[in-house]
Amino acid sequence: MSAPGLPSPGVNAVSYDVDAIRADFPILEQTVHGRPLVYLDNAATAQKPRVVIDAVDRFFRQQNANIHRGVHALSAEATVAYDAVRAKVRAFINAQDDREIIFVRGTTEAINLVAQSFGRGAVGRGDEILVSEMEHHSNLVPWQLLAEQVGAVVKPAPITSEGELDLDALRAAFSDRTKLFAVTHVSNALGTVNPIAEIVATAHASGVPVVVDGAQAVPHIPVDVTALGCDFYAFSGHKMFGPTGVGVLYGRAELLEAMPPYQGGGGMIASVSFEGTTYAPIPTRFEAGTPAIAEVIGLGPAIDYLNEVGFEALMAYEDELVGYAVEQIGSVPGVRLIGTPEERVGVVSFVMDAAHPHDVGTVLDQDGVAVRAGHHCSQPVMDHFGVPATVRASFALYNTPEEIDTLVAGLHHVNEIFG
Amino acid sequence: MAELKQLYQEVILDHNRSPRNFREISDTPHHAEGHNPLCGDNLKVWVELDGDVIADASFIGNGCAISKASASLMTQAVKGKRVSEAKELFASFQKLVTGQVSPQESKEVLGKLILFAGVSEFPVRVKCASLSWHTLNAALEDASEAVTTE
Ligand SMILES: Cc1ncc(COP(=O)(O)O)c(C=O)c1O
Repeated sequence: MSAPGLPSPGVNAVSYDVDAIRADFPILEQTVHGRPLVYLDNAATAQKPRVVIDAVDRFFRQQNANIHRGVHALSAEATVAYDAVRAKVRAFINAQDDREIIFVRGTTEAINLVAQSFGRGAVGRGDEILVSEMEHHSNLVPWQLLAEQVGAVVKPAPITSEGELDLDALRAAFSDRTKLFAVTHVSNALGTVNPIAEIVATAHASGVPVVVDGAQAVPHIPVDVTALGCDFYAFSGHKMFGPTGVGVLYGRAELLEAMPPYQGGGGMIASVSFEGTTYAPIPTRFEAGTPAIAEVIGLGPAIDYLNEVGFEALMAYEDELVGYAVEQIGSVPGVRLIGTPEERVGVVSFVMDAAHPHDVGTVLDQDGVAVRAGHHCSQPVMDHFGVPATVRASFALYNTPEEIDTLVAGLHHVNEIFG
Repeated sequence: MAELKQLYQEVILDHNRSPRNFREISDTPHHAEGHNPLCGDNLKVWVELDGDVIADASFIGNGCAISKASASLMTQAVKGKRVSEAKELFASFQKLVTGQVSPQESKEVLGKLILFAGVSEFPVRVKCASLSWHTLNAALEDASEAVTTE
C-alpha cells in the first residue's frame, strides 16, 4: 500500500495513503441518491477489496471442485487452496496449530458450536454461565439455549455507565458454580475494547474457560490468541473484508480433541457403519458437509490485505479517525454519545434529542451516508443505557475525516428538519 | 431532499412532537401490543367500543416519527367509525404507503391520512407507518399475542 521511498506507514497517520486504499474497494465509487457513498456501517459488514472479489471470481471460473474427496486435478488444487487459508488464519491470530482453526459459517455458528459441543459437557444442572452485559445476541442466546437444555443459569457480568466491563463486579461474579465465561473482545454497540488477557487470567484463576467473540476486533486490532490465553475465539470473514458465509472458530487443541461433533455428515467421519461411526480428528470433525470453499479461499486475500496495510499503520490511522468522529459527532447540539469507553475502536453510538435513530438514519441516507439505526442485536446494552435504539457510525480502514464531516453535516440537517 | 420533505410533512412532525390521544383507556377489554423487532419500536393501542362503533381510541409507545405520527393520526381517524369502516381504512392506508394507489385516488377515503403517501418512497419505513394499524386490528380482535411486523 505504501509506495517505496515514503516513510514507513504507522509512524504517523499522515503517511497512511487512504486514497490508495479506497481505490482497492470498487464499491466505494458508488453514488447513493446522487451523493457519493459514505459507508459507515462497517460493523454490520465491511466492503471487499478487489483482491478478495477476484479470488472468489477466479475460484468459480478456474478452480471450482469439491475438496478432500476427488482424485482429479481440480479437486486437488481446490483442496490445497482451502487448506492454505487454514494455515494463514492460524498465523493471523497466532494460534499454535492449524488443527485449532475450524471453518464455520460465521461468529454465530462458531459460538453455537462451542455451546452445544463443549458447553453440554462442561455445564450441568445448577451451574452458572457468566455472560457480559455488552454481548451481541449471538454471544448470549446460544448460552440461554444451553442453560435451558442442561438446567443451568445465565448470569450477567455488568457494565459501567461508560460502557466498560465492571472488572471488580466481574471478579466477584465468579463462583464455584461458574463453568464458563462468554465475553466480546470489542463491543459492536459501543466500540469498547475489553482487556481480554487480564479477564482470561481472572477466569482461569477460578478454573473457568473463556469464549471470546472477536467479530469486531479482527478488522481493527492484531489478535494473538496465544497471548490472550483464551480457550475459544470466534470471528466472521465478512467483517474483516472477506466474503460472507465463512467464519472461524479457534479452540485450544486439547479442548477440541475432547469435544463431540456438532453436526454429523460427510467429511467429519473416520469410518461409518450401522454398527457405529468413528469421527475424524480435529479440525475435520467439526466441518461436516461441503464447506463454503470459495468463501474460505476468498478469506485468504482479506488476511493478506490486512497484513499488507499493517496493523500498526491501520491502528494509528483509525485511532485518529475515530477520535475525530467522537469529537465532531459529540459536539453536534442535542447529541448524546452512548458509551464513552477509554479504549475504543471502530464504533461511535449516539442518540439525538430531536429525532429517533430511525429518522436520523433516513435523513443521513438521503445524504448518501450509510449508518445503522436500531438495537444492534444488543438489547441488554440498550436497556443498560435506557434507550430503545441508537444511531451507530462504524468505521473501517478506508474511511476519511471528510466522510465524518459529511455525516456531521447530515446531523445538522436532522436538527433543521426536526428542531 | 424533496423526498424527505414529502416524508416529514409539517403535520407529521407536529404529531410526532405532540401525539394526540397519547394515553391509556383503563376500562376497555380491547387493547393490544405491537412490536417491530427489527428496530425495537413498540406501542400499545386501546379502543373503546360502543356497539360496533369506535367511541374512543388511544395509544402509548415509543418509536420513530413516522410510527408515532401514524398512531396519533390513526386514533383521530378511527374515532366514530364502525369497526368495519376502520378495517377498510387500514386496507386503503396500506395501499397508500406501499404505493399501490395515489393520494388523489384515496383522498376521499383517507382524508388527512394521505399525508403518509411519502412513505411509499421509503420501503424500509412502511412497517413504521403500519405498525399502529396492525396493532389496532389486533385490539379489535382482542388478540392476546403481541403483533409483530416480522
Ligand atoms: C460482536 C459481534 N458478535 C457476533 C456477530 C455475529 O456475526 P455473524 O452474523 O457474522 O455470525 C456480530 C455481527 O453483527 C457482532 O458484531
